[in-house]
Amino acid sequence: MTTDTQTRKSETPATSQYKPVDGLLLEVEDLRVEFHTEDGVAKAINGVNFDLHEGETLAILGESGSGKSVTAQAIMGILDMPPAVIPGGQIRYCGQDLLTMPEEQRRKTRGPEISMVFQDALSSLNPVFPVGWQIAEMFRKHRGMNKSDSLERAVKLMQRVQIPAAKERVKAYPHQFSGGMRQRIMIAMAIALDPAVLIADEPTTALDVTVQAQIMSLLQELQEERQMGLILITHDLGVVADVADKIAVMYAGRIVERADVFDLYRQPAHPYTKGLLESIPRLDQKGQQLAAIGGLPPNLMRIPAGCAFNPRCRYAQDICREERPELLTVAPGRESACHFAEEVLHG
Amino acid sequence: MYKYVIRRLLQMIPVLIGATFIIFYMVFSMPGDPTAGMCGDRGCSPAFVAQFREEHNLDDPFPLQYAKYLGNVVQGDLGTNFRNQSVGFELEQRYPITAKLALMAIAFEAVIGIIAGVLAGVRKGKFIDNLVLVSTLVVISIPVFVIGSVLQYYLGVKMGGQIFPVTYDSARPLQSLILPAFVLGSASIAYVARLTRTNLVENLRADYLRTAIAKGLTRSRAIGVHALRNSLIPVVTFIGADFGGLLGGAIVTERIFNIPGVGGFLFTGIRNHDGVSVVGTVTVLVLVFLLVNLLVDLLYGVLDPRISHD
Repeated sequence: MTTDTQTRKSETPATSQYKPVDGLLLEVEDLRVEFHTEDGVAKAINGVNFDLHEGETLAILGESGSGKSVTAQAIMGILDMPPAVIPGGQIRYCGQDLLTMPEEQRRKTRGPEISMVFQDALSSLNPVFPVGWQIAEMFRKHRGMNKSDSLERAVKLMQRVQIPAAKERVKAYPHQFSGGMRQRIMIAMAIALDPAVLIADEPTTALDVTVQAQIMSLLQELQEERQMGLILITHDLGVVADVADKIAVMYAGRIVERADVFDLYRQPAHPYTKGLLESIPRLDQKGQQLAAIGGLPPNLMRIPAGCAFNPRCRYAQDICREERPELLTVAPGRESACHFAEEVLHG
Repeated sequence: MYKYVIRRLLQMIPVLIGATFIIFYMVFSMPGDPTAGMCGDRGCSPAFVAQFREEHNLDDPFPLQYAKYLGNVVQGDLGTNFRNQSVGFELEQRYPITAKLALMAIAFEAVIGIIAGVLAGVRKGKFIDNLVLVSTLVVISIPVFVIGSVLQYYLGVKMGGQIFPVTYDSARPLQSLILPAFVLGSASIAYVARLTRTNLVENLRADYLRTAIAKGLTRSRAIGVHALRNSLIPVVTFIGADFGGLLGGAIVTERIFNIPGVGGFLFTGIRNHDGVSVVGTVTVLVLVFLLVNLLVDLLYGVLDPRISHD
């Protein structure tokens, strides 16, 4: 895996065999993921398409079970297969399909090319190894660095993600850090090898609000500094607004609306997005009934025919129960998968 | 850490005194006379009995007997038993054999148990997993004297005792302990295998293992380093506690293979109402058990950094 010349150098420049064309990093095309369980087949992702460019932040928004995390794990290649099955689609990184790539080649993309930050940093870090050791493992295993050089790099990374007294704390264990600091460690680990794509799966959900803002601005800063493509997965509309360039809203394993962040907030083009935005509690409406979307997300083993959202949609007509709407351009830079997108957009 | 160790060592004193007191009292209250079987069919002469009782303070009231005994123990003298053997000397001769037997049994437990557990855990639900689960269940449910006698017959007697001596042979001590050690450790091998398997299966689902895969580590490193390190914490604790128990001698296994360890000595002492042998041996065993447990607790803190002894 590693050569002797590599182990001698501490600052080994990473020469990637992957080169983005016109800044295009990632193309996800008609991705499908199913979970085959004893109770039946759950269709978690049913044809998802999107692109990601250098320096771009794409937010994937959706409630639990909408398939946003599964999308991330499919890109990362960390789905448990079985029960997960990918019956179709492509995930191309710099033009190469990750899904048909030999496993050993794909493994080597995890870390140096595509990297991921998870939701719960406490359970995502190994409790019995020091944090510095866990960060340094990236350099040791991917770059073949020795122990002391890699630990030095780990300290630098910990300083970069603003962990106070990084030099002293490099030997501390995950449980000795606060939630926010632990998430910084996760981020340090994820950016260690300068990946081109960073996936952050609900990176702030487990943190309190003040710390959330700090972590988000750190992610944004790092992304601008390194021109990474950032996929931000969240259910928190507030988090998205500040950071994202583009937003894709997912429902029942599909993208139902895609737009620039400002357009989407100002004028949603899908009834589901509209419902989500209306359900944000607002101070100036104190005392009034909170607008919520009625009903429950569909069971992924029995997704309703036609538009998956139709049982909960106030715009629903007969056509919505029969014909599945495709994701179509409804205005410049706006896409919506709704038969009544025009009405929603202008109503 | 040092404070913790000192506190634990101090705690041993009352435990040791309590243990000796209870054992001494139990032997004292056993029915029957120690001189009963000593002189063959005719019985002992009253003069002999009187001298014997005098020598061993048997006519003193219980508290005085106990005090006299404890006084000797504090001075490092474990006493002379009813058969005129120095208990200290006997233990010196026998303890190394018991310790060797225990160490070898632990080695079997750790090596075979962990390997079987890892194979089963990694291939959960597959053939090897079922093989391990069924075979460990069989081993756990068969009493040790059955396993011991069967293996002694087939691997010892039938094979002429060349590879595995049928009984303890002081000319080749280590070789003759291999089979007994395996028998002694057999049930624990099964427990270790199952414990390793269960913990590994659980840790393979852990979030940090997903992180390890997402870091681009190979599967063998993710499992062999990240998952296994966490899975072995309870296993090491079990093995440690088991070691403390095994150092207390193995009465059944020692008798099957005729091994001159402490187990046999203790058994003879109990049969002969020999308070001095029993209490002396048990005191040493309790001390060893407490010390091994302390070591296990300290080791636990090293293996799992979340445990602190401050």
